[in-house]
Amino acid sequence: MPKTIMIRLNGEEYSTGAATLAGLISELGLEQRMIAIERNLEVVPKSQYASTPLITGDRIELVHMIGGG
Amino acid sequence: MTDSFKVGTHEFKSRLIVGSGKYKDFQTTKGATEAAEAEMITVAVRRVNITDPGKENMLDYIDPKKYTILPNTAGCFNADDAVRTLRLAREAGGWNLVKLEVLGDTQTLYPNVVETIKAAETLVAEGFEVMVYTNDDPIVATRLEEIGCVAVMPLGNPIGSGRGLANPFNIRVIKERAKVPIVVDAGIGTASDAAKAMELGADAVLINTAIAEARDECMMARAMRDAVRAGRMAYLAGRMPKRAFASASSPTEGYIWD
Repeated sequence: MPKTIMIRLNGEEYSTGAATLAGLISELGLEQRMIAIERNLEVVPKSQYASTPLITGDRIELVHMIGGG
Repeated sequence: MTDSFKVGTHEFKSRLIVGSGKYKDFQTTKGATEAAEAEMITVAVRRVNITDPGKENMLDYIDPKKYTILPNTAGCFNADDAVRTLRLAREAGGWNLVKLEVLGDTQTLYPNVVETIKAAETLVAEGFEVMVYTNDDPIVATRLEEIGCVAVMPLGNPIGSGRGLANPFNIRVIKERAKVPIVVDAGIGTASDAAKAMELGADAVLINTAIAEARDECMMARAMRDAVRAGRMAYLAGRMPKRAFASASSPTEGYIWD
């Protein structure tokens, strides 16, 4: 069994086997998507996804663009 | 004649900015945006649905290489949320030109000017080019320009109300005092409202609901395109003076009975 941790993802409790933000994106199948991530209220640059670890209790916001005025 | 719309470091031929909300599907968003011949389209930032992350996205239809994407802070009710939202948008697409709107309450969707000013100060300091939604208040418009916003966008009437321009006089006053472009945002209901805004001297208009809620979205998009062009030309051409009484169009001499 891979080790899983609990994080808070987009306001919900979420169990992930990913160790980094890059791992989380791949777990969700969002590699090709135009998204942005905030970790504990700080925006994480794309260049740091692979080097940013996920730690139990992290508050992650994962956003994209939708229709709006 | 070249009559381009310059905002910050960007330059456009079109003076019609469109929104992307309320459409029945992405295909219609795309069709109406093309019909409007818009070059700039505003989009909202929201959480990815984690239970269905692979779902298709609007940007699969609206190509960010073809259009200037203008991320907005729709739904934000305080400065902190607005700033967070636009920082995320900048990271998502590299977009530096943004639409700031901080709302006061859900019934009126009127701007919260105090929070708008706070957010504008932070965003300008962080290097954003801020197009800012605000009230039709000339004093606030000037303040937002002084902060360094690249465009001021007074409302014509509440968002989604389609009631036209509540206070044309203020739009004119705001335009005459401003050095940055003035964009009438919110309240446009039909083509004549858009033309009227442009005749008053607005540099552009931003329209969403009036197109998205039309029975024929693409036809209304074309109507808005033409209205914006007509209003702009009328403004540049310079309208005739209004008179209290008639002024004959034909010569008043050489009558056959003289």
